[in-house]
Amino acid sequence: MIWRDNLRIAVGGATSNKLRSLLTMLGVLIGVAAVIILVAVGTGSSLSVQNNIERLGTNTLTVLNSGRFGGRATTGTQTQAATITLADVRAMQDPSQAPDVESVSPVVSTTVTATFSGATDTSAAVTGSTPSYLTASDDTVEAGSSITSSEVTNRSRVVVIGQTVVSDLFANENPIGQTIQLGSSSFQVVGVLAEKGASGIQDPNNVVIAPYTAVQDELTGESSSFTELLVQGKSNGTLDLAQSEVETILAAANNTTVANLPFTIINEASLLSTASSTSSTFTVLLAAVAAISLLVGGIGVMNIMLVTVTERTREIGIRKAIGAPKSVILAQFLYEAVFLSLLGGIGGVLISVIGSQFKIAGVVPVIAPYSIFLALGVAVAVGVFFGFYPANRAASLRPIDALRYE
Amino acid sequence: MRSLVTERPPKPIIPKPIIAIRNIWKTYAMGEAEVRALRGVSLTIDRGDFVAIMGDSGSGKSTMMNILGCLDVPSKGWFWLDGVDVRGLDEVALSQVRSRKIGFVFQSYNLIPRTTALANVELPLAYAGVRPKERRARAVAALEAVCLEARLDHLPSEMSGGQQQRVAVARAIVTNPSMILADEPTGNLDTAAAEDVMAIFNRLNAEGRTVVLITHEADIAQFAKRVIRLRDGEIVEDRRQAAVEGLPPRLAESSTIRTAGATS
Repeated sequence: MIWRDNLRIAVGGATSNKLRSLLTMLGVLIGVAAVIILVAVGTGSSLSVQNNIERLGTNTLTVLNSGRFGGRATTGTQTQAATITLADVRAMQDPSQAPDVESVSPVVSTTVTATFSGATDTSAAVTGSTPSYLTASDDTVEAGSSITSSEVTNRSRVVVIGQTVVSDLFANENPIGQTIQLGSSSFQVVGVLAEKGASGIQDPNNVVIAPYTAVQDELTGESSSFTELLVQGKSNGTLDLAQSEVETILAAANNTTVANLPFTIINEASLLSTASSTSSTFTVLLAAVAAISLLVGGIGVMNIMLVTVTERTREIGIRKAIGAPKSVILAQFLYEAVFLSLLGGIGGVLISVIGSQFKIAGVVPVIAPYSIFLALGVAVAVGVFFGFYPANRAASLRPIDALRYE
Repeated sequence: MRSLVTERPPKPIIPKPIIAIRNIWKTYAMGEAEVRALRGVSLTIDRGDFVAIMGDSGSGKSTMMNILGCLDVPSKGWFWLDGVDVRGLDEVALSQVRSRKIGFVFQSYNLIPRTTALANVELPLAYAGVRPKERRARAVAALEAVCLEARLDHLPSEMSGGQQQRVAVARAIVTNPSMILADEPTGNLDTAAAEDVMAIFNRLNAEGRTVVLITHEADIAQFAKRVIRLRDGEIVEDRRQAAVEGLPPRLAESSTIRTAGATS
């Protein structure tokens, strides 16, 4: 027997009852499509989480001044709030004390109403900092120039503004060189930031960046403390070292231990690894759910093959009587099962490729190539596995019994 | 002495019989009871013979047919099919024997549905591993032999019973088997179609093929050269109607009539 003939017989068998074969394929199709799409959703969401975190800069530490909210260092009768001071910043910038720190950007932040000749932009987030902030937070200046160190020292009232602020305040004018009102103070626009992708609820483009000195002077009031520090490590690998150096400096400055530090330090690298492990767990979970539907599809194949074998018992008997060996009958029904599941699998791949063009639950699915091969492979394996029992049953029929079957 | 030995005439080449059965028993367990379908049957069928095995239901003729067709194995006894000892052959070997030595014709035609006449006839050759080109040529020739060359691409559902049975006969002869085994081949056919099918058997036998016919109809048995009657699992009658070497009786008759008509 030439296997091609047997394959043709098997395909003929599968196509003889089109509706039934179609429904069987549908089971596998849904299973395969579910695996691919759900894995794509998982991959897509984990990619977007990673992008969001990477946008913050993966080699940065954020020191948050949580001391204001209760982390008070109490020394005898004297109660004082733990604050991040300029002295702390200077210490961290000292390479002998903090060799793994690339740059330290003190941040003063507030929210103000920005206006330009009558047009109002409500609640722009104002960040007062130093030029290194833009590098650490992965902001790039698209037009004009960044704020400079001398502007920080000179307490110059200059700003770099985000795209949302540009579109809200300036209709057609070039914003560079214009003067805008932040609260009651006027600042001159020196630069425009490049568009940044949304990383959550907050609009990353609705920002105003100015020298911290000017923000302290004009908006938050004269103060020696900062809202937060953005510390950039020398490299990804040494971020943990940089963190411990920062912690040591802050502990010494506040007369406390590292464990009792009244600040919250967010390590972006560890945040990224946590987030990606969370999202990969999520992906595995989705894939497992989808795999169950593939299994159900496989059981459907088995069910139909059992029906087919029973229905074609007589035909099997005839084939055996005219000389078909057991192996050929086995192959015929296995081919038929694999044909159904493979066709269903291919259909599933097509459907999932189409389906992943759409946003699903706010996530842009990203098809993982491995999931296509995996799902197709599993579909074929399902055909072989669930087809084997019915095929073997057919092949083991005694011709005399099969011929007598009505 | 010496000359006697050398001048001894050569042994005549006796053709091996197609079927040699010795003391065959077949018993089935039917629940508690044991049914003895065949009770010590011995039978020899020569090459070129046309044998009708007759019997009423329960006589054991179906069991006989299954054993002769290698669809079933005897419980006891010896069976040589064309010189091959069939006892103790496994499933794979039996399917090979069936494929090479036996052409089946069934009462209910048993064509594969949704498959053209040509494909049905090609199938035994496909299972025997014959190449597609040769397969097709042989299948067409077999269908021509049963006068169905115009129906190559017809499906079984598009043909009459007689035509279907003729396709089945074509399928049986296409592998050039040692023996054609027909189980009630005319049971589902009207008289005219039955005559057609029997005429084909006559012609095949006249060409030298061995035909074994299982039937319960006496007028069908009239076509055979030899009639064997089974009752209760034993042979009760073995009657020869024509010589193995000659034409089958009906064909001989008609040719005699024709000859007689020509001379007068």
